[in-house]
Amino acid sequence: MIREARVRVPSGLPGWIFVPAALGGLFVVLPLFAMLASVDWSRFFQLVTSESSLAALELSLRTAALSTVLCVLLGVPMAAVLSRSSFRGLHVLRSLVLLPLVLPPVVGGIALLYTFGRKGLIGQHLEVAGIHIAFTTTAVVLAQTFVALPFLVVSLEGSLRTAGSRYEHAAATLGASPTTVFRRVTLPLVLPGLVSGAVLSFARALGEFGATLTFAGSLQGVTRTLPLEIYLQRETDADAAVALSLVLVVVAVLIVVGSRGWASRAAV
Amino acid sequence: MSWRRATTGAAAAALGLGLLTGCGSNDDSGASGSAESASASAPGGDITVFAAASLKGTFTELGQMYETANPGSHVEFSFAGSSDLAAQLDQGAAADVFASADTTNMTKVVDAGLVEGSPVDFAANTLTIVTAPGNPKGITSFTDLNREGTLVVTCAPQVPCGSATQKVETASGVDLTPVSEESSVTDVLNKVTAGQADAGLVYVTDAASAGEKVTAVAFPEAAQAVNTYPIATLSASKTPDAAQGFVDLVTGPDGQAVLAKAGFAQP
Repeated sequence: MIREARVRVPSGLPGWIFVPAALGGLFVVLPLFAMLASVDWSRFFQLVTSESSLAALELSLRTAALSTVLCVLLGVPMAAVLSRSSFRGLHVLRSLVLLPLVLPPVVGGIALLYTFGRKGLIGQHLEVAGIHIAFTTTAVVLAQTFVALPFLVVSLEGSLRTAGSRYEHAAATLGASPTTVFRRVTLPLVLPGLVSGAVLSFARALGEFGATLTFAGSLQGVTRTLPLEIYLQRETDADAAVALSLVLVVVAVLIVVGSRGWASRAAV
Repeated sequence: MSWRRATTGAAAAALGLGLLTGCGSNDDSGASGSAESASASAPGGDITVFAAASLKGTFTELGQMYETANPGSHVEFSFAGSSDLAAQLDQGAAADVFASADTTNMTKVVDAGLVEGSPVDFAANTLTIVTAPGNPKGITSFTDLNREGTLVVTCAPQVPCGSATQKVETASGVDLTPVSEESSVTDVLNKVTAGQADAGLVYVTDAASAGEKVTAVAFPEAAQAVNTYPIATLSASKTPDAAQGFVDLVTGPDGQAVLAKAGFAQP
């Protein structure tokens, strides 16, 4: 999204601007280095390959991937509606949909509890129907999707607006049906935005903690994702927590950097 | 039996205190008299107390008592998990008093050379089963938790309440299969009050503070895992006399009365 903003200043940023920029960069990067410096390398491999760590990593990757799929399935239509249609209350709707962005995840977890919990608005009927969400991996995916969905919607909506609808109009004038236009013109046009949006949601889902803790619970291999495992390890073994944090950072960096590379190639 | 006598005495004192504090902050004669006896020697001064999250209710009350007894003094609290607090102290956080929910985390702080003198045990806590109000699943014993279709939530073994749970399991020979192992006792309690879980294992004091939102089911095996709360003044304190004054209040009769009222046992 930032890449699309293309504000080119070919020569002469004011010199002073590098100072706060460097400070900001340092502020973000320094804690990561501090963590890196405190890793107990002699035990690192043993710590990150323990049974509980591997179970948590596997669960995190699996749930975050599932959540990302859900985010794409639900978020692409949402972004399309928000960017291409106009009806009364659209602004209100947009604000509501983006609410999870600003809510503390714990609040999201509580809200989900009162919706999908065993006594919740929908949950109580699901229980009767024999569908149990409480303390299952499904609950984790729901929590992650809830907090990650707005990232995809915001990112994609921005791309859709930037891309404009000229090509869509042209395709429609040439007789393409709305579905064909959406599939063959709109989506390919915003593919880089879609990918970066999906990556953002994946990263957000991977880091989800508060809503999962509040709503899903914490059991090895079922609901205890990597962030929850880190939080729990911290209680007894700070070294293990640091080692696992590093794993999470590395996974996140790989995904973000990898997809940025892909998206920029696709954008060319 | 001396324990029982002590609790009765504490309960009586608690009743007296309840009456006094109930009179409002303007009450001068009785309240100050009572609190003075607890910390007469403690001079005024600002102190910061790091206390386990489970002490929030009781220590807040004791802090007010301390401030009333020592005009001009101010007690600042930081309530969090004992291991969080121990880690913060280890990283150089400034505090005058540390009250831990277990001996493990106090030992960490002692080993780091941060404690002045030696810690004093001031309270004890045991586990209890909590269920939805009215105990709809009819759980009456520890073994009942393993009944088919009963969703049980416990603390993870890494945290104090979880290690207590493990001790009880080992001692009773009953292996629980919880649907979730939470990282704090509050999370366990919340899963039960929200109706997500049928039963949970929490401390007696947590059950007491949840009031009517849960039904507590006591079980004899709980005696296998008694959690002891130690308190200590910290060597970095700039107001060691005031810090000691607060510790004296907690370990003295008034402090013990407040703790007993909240469901804490004597160590």
